[in-house]
Amino acid sequence: MNKLIYLDHAATTAVRPEVVDTMLPYFTERFGNPSSIYGFAAKNKEAINNSRDIIANAIGAKSEEIYFTGSGSEADNWALKATAEAYRNKGKHIITSKIEHHAILHTCDYLETQGYEITYLDVDDKGLVRIDELKSVIREDTILVSVMFANNEIGTIEPVAEIGKIAHEYGALFHTDAVQAFGQVPVNVDEMNIDMLSASGHKLNGPKGVGFLYIRKGLRLRSFIHGGQQERGRRAGTENVPGIVGLGKATELAISSMEARIKKETELRNYLIKRLTTEIPYTRLNGHETKRLPNNINLSFQFVEGESILIMLDMAGICASSGSACTSGSLDPSHVLLAIGLPHEIAHGSLRLTLGYENTKEEMDYVADNVKRIIENLRNMSPLYEDFVKRNR
Amino acid sequence: MYSEKVMEHFQNPRNVGEIENASGVGTVGNAKCGDIMRIYFDIDDRQVIRDVKFKTFGCGAAVATSSMATELVKGKTIYEALEVTNKAVMEALDGLPPVKVHCSLLAEEAIHAALWDYAEKNGIKIEGLEKPKTDISETPVEEVY
Repeated sequence: MNKLIYLDHAATTAVRPEVVDTMLPYFTERFGNPSSIYGFAAKNKEAINNSRDIIANAIGAKSEEIYFTGSGSEADNWALKATAEAYRNKGKHIITSKIEHHAILHTCDYLETQGYEITYLDVDDKGLVRIDELKSVIREDTILVSVMFANNEIGTIEPVAEIGKIAHEYGALFHTDAVQAFGQVPVNVDEMNIDMLSASGHKLNGPKGVGFLYIRKGLRLRSFIHGGQQERGRRAGTENVPGIVGLGKATELAISSMEARIKKETELRNYLIKRLTTEIPYTRLNGHETKRLPNNINLSFQFVEGESILIMLDMAGICASSGSACTSGSLDPSHVLLAIGLPHEIAHGSLRLTLGYENTKEEMDYVADNVKRIIENLRNMSPLYEDFVKRNR
Repeated sequence: MYSEKVMEHFQNPRNVGEIENASGVGTVGNAKCGDIMRIYFDIDDRQVIRDVKFKTFGCGAAVATSSMATELVKGKTIYEALEVTNKAVMEALDGLPPVKVHCSLLAEEAIHAALWDYAEKNGIKIEGLEKPKTDISETPVEEVY
């Protein structure tokens, strides 16, 4: 196989050709500023609102509840900081989980320096937030609960509807970082008790540099970027028209293809998980077996280290990622893998493979064969494996 | 991120393996931090390192520095081996990214640990060799699945 096999769709995805085609005119002949009065530019406002309608429709929201941002991280920052500011008279307590993306965790670190108290929920060994723990820590001065829709590393889908329900019982708002879930699995803000939701374009075959925040009507959140009147005065800055148009088109395609994609990806995912866990001893699946994103595989191979696996996969033309320390630039492995209770040395040996619509079964077989060969090679080189074998002789 | 030399040694590591009844064995590092190196020496009567093997759990740089370190000490006397510093290993690999420099330190440490073991087994003192700080975790790794 000479072609590159891309299995890192949770990191980013290729923009679909149809999406690029939709975007291109907005770089050239339709370059106008949507705030201008003359017709050709003012039409771009319609293009933006068309995207807004598509996205609102996709999550069961109203168009005026969708605010475009520059990224999922910006949406997360906005939701947390603006809620903290707007509701500080009610309280200064925020609840989140230990397995959030850094866009949430580091924003919480910042809010702690501003006098807010943050409670970090534990997760169980599959990565699920425990509803009983949430019930026991939520209180009258809790203003916000922010728990991700689905985890970016292990793919676990959280019980968002229940979490939202409990938040509302205590008069707190519920925000969810849905960057990994939006466009992959059904989302409905009303049915799932969601008050704010963050998403990003480039995870669903849309462009980078664009995301959105859903803000339920009636919330008193202030502007995140001050300036012009764009986005109903809540997010200033000339709109990224090509990006917004691309995000709309990508959403349309993701929604219309979702059912078929979920079926296909789930089949491929389960097939590859089965091959790897049955053919390679001392391997475990991280995350939940069924409450899991259709495209996510996360495995730990005992006695080996993740970066070595990634380099060897790269040499075989396979793109993947790992939660090992060496890939994070620190000495600690992924906070998510530690939160589900993996010992450090097991967390170092993790491999994440995330599928996209273009992957095939043939590719899964090629990947399984190569991972098997690579783990065997690395174990033959591993002093931990040597000790283990000697002790069990 | 890595030099061609590092990639070459990672892809084709030299001297991987074990030596039965080795003259000296040194294991350094810590599974918690993600790097463990073990070096085996076969040392002859003239204190020359006749053969050397290694096993490493770690990233690409950890494997490449182990491989290069074994190449640099092979055929050397124990005193020459003592002179092989982490800097020498790094230079021989055309450098390492800053976050990976600790891998070369680990390689130097592994050589010292194997020499220390040799000296202890033979009841000799190697001038200039200090007891290596090995912080390999005390708890043996068990099957967890």
